[in-house]
Amino acid sequence: MGRAPQDTPAGLWTYLLLSVTFLLAAFPLYWMFVIATSDDQALAKLPPAVIPGNQFMVNINEVFSLQDVYFAASLVNSVIVSTVVTASVLFFCSLAGFAFAKLRFKGSRALMLVVVLTLTVPNQLGIVALYIVMSKLGWNGTLLAVIAPGLVTAFGVFYMRQFIVNTVPDELVESARMDGASTMRVYANIVLPAIRPAMAVLGLLTFVATWNDFQWPLITLSGTDFPTSMVAVSDLASGNYVIYRRVLAGAFVATVPLLVMLFIGGRQIVRGIMEGAVKS
Amino acid sequence: MSTTRAAPAPSSHRAAPERGRSGGDDRRLTWRNRLYRFDMRYMPYLMIAPFFLIFLAFGLFPLLFNGVVSLRNYRLDDPTLPYWAGVENFSKLLGDEDFWNALYNTFGIFLLSTVPQLLLALVVASLLNRKLRAQTWWRVGILLPYVTPIVASTMVFSVFFSRDFGMANWVLGLFGLGGGDTPIDWRADKPHAWIAIATMVNWKWIGYNALLYLAAMQSISKDVYEAAAIDGAGPWKQLWRITVPLIQPIIVFTVVLSTIGGLQLFTEPMLFDLNSQAATGGPNGEWQTIGQLIYKVGWKDLNLGYAAAMSWALFVITLIIAGLNTLLTNRLAGGRK
Repeated sequence: MGRAPQDTPAGLWTYLLLSVTFLLAAFPLYWMFVIATSDDQALAKLPPAVIPGNQFMVNINEVFSLQDVYFAASLVNSVIVSTVVTASVLFFCSLAGFAFAKLRFKGSRALMLVVVLTLTVPNQLGIVALYIVMSKLGWNGTLLAVIAPGLVTAFGVFYMRQFIVNTVPDELVESARMDGASTMRVYANIVLPAIRPAMAVLGLLTFVATWNDFQWPLITLSGTDFPTSMVAVSDLASGNYVIYRRVLAGAFVATVPLLVMLFIGGRQIVRGIMEGAVKS
Repeated sequence: MSTTRAAPAPSSHRAAPERGRSGGDDRRLTWRNRLYRFDMRYMPYLMIAPFFLIFLAFGLFPLLFNGVVSLRNYRLDDPTLPYWAGVENFSKLLGDEDFWNALYNTFGIFLLSTVPQLLLALVVASLLNRKLRAQTWWRVGILLPYVTPIVASTMVFSVFFSRDFGMANWVLGLFGLGGGDTPIDWRADKPHAWIAIATMVNWKWIGYNALLYLAAMQSISKDVYEAAAIDGAGPWKQLWRITVPLIQPIIVFTVVLSTIGGLQLFTEPMLFDLNSQAATGGPNGEWQTIGQLIYKVGWKDLNLGYAAAMSWALFVITLIIAGLNTLLTNRLAGGRK
């Protein structure tokens, strides 16, 4: 009798291959830690070093006390940018998602179609003009230039709409209306409590993407003393003589917040990616 | 009582002006009615406005404005040039060796990263699609690369692919390839540099794509597999003959996604360079991508007009390739049915 793959208990080979996949996925991160904790000799070894050293604090101190790269400030900037963008995406996308999912207004179908179409517009291709826009606004070199374009995303609106359509019953919205609740009241008292899981997913995905963004922060913040942490890490590696234990120590520090998020919210991130996939 | 009054009757707005003239209580009612009408009619637009405003200002407008800038002389270091350049930027583009070289590199790296990436993602997804112990942990585990900043992982890979003490050469040496005396210089020629960069891209995105595929695989009806197993199809055959054709829409989706991402490749080639600030992608542009060249022309050579022309060209190329991809993938996957 044949069985569907998802009902077939995995055999030894499956576990073996998955373990190899996992090791390949994890190794660069582990090795980043190894070098971040080692001295200069570790890189010039064959076979390569695979055991962490005891120089972590030394390397970290060096990274944080550099004169030309303000690493601590750049981490603070990354926290500010990612937090503000995430909070704003959650608020504006859930509002718009709610409007598209449950409110009746003229042109809502056409406007939603526009949202979906914008999903395929790669912002990066307008980067030269975006830079000019920002310089007209006088925002280049400030965190505003990094924050503003990310305040609300098409993916977020789309994701929230799908979730609200499926989880918030029309009857609940109707009855709240009958009781005289305003639209914002319905949003606050009925929609918000119902979409917590989706907020967690969208929040995690947005935070990760914003934290990891490199090209635009590099362009708009270059030449400033206080860029984001991704630009700061690339600055660590830009001299003539690059000290890799230092670069990777910095890279490791800038990666840790995301590893913590994956550890805490892994289940949500996985679900978010998988749900986003099926529906799009 | 008060709730009934506050609750708006559908017809009340017509009666409202008349009642509004008499007495304070009624006037409040009118005020409420107006608020209510505003809430019903205009609130939805207010709620979706932030998205459209932000998208217009920082998404669509720059994309189109790029087209205008590409027809201009826009040098950051020389504002005295005549305003319009006409098609000069574009005609320069056609004869620009750097541009064609970058385009060639971009496509090379794009093919080396997209094809293995999606094939391996399929295999990983089909492994994850079995009944597993600690299922969630496997799924979270393969997402480690996805949450790792490209800036950080590129630094690591950059060291892996160093000539003398790099892990890549050491591993190849274990298999008797590339040997100790003649280590591969990964930054010396196109094929090696492309492979190195494609490896970084593949590492980053296989797990993510595998989850997309897994999601689609789980919605396939189990009966199909039972029928196939009765016909004697093994797991490998099932994957290619049943699973792949049935998850075709998501495959098209990932192909389009990786096309858009692949043609804009920037961070990996930038930071693979030992002198990353130069943005040249190797001493002779061995791995300079279009994304990188746009950055170099715009912000190193300070010629924003010309950089805009390149962005615009890349935009058009992306549209064409994405369209072709959709057609091709549809036909390939659909032809099996």
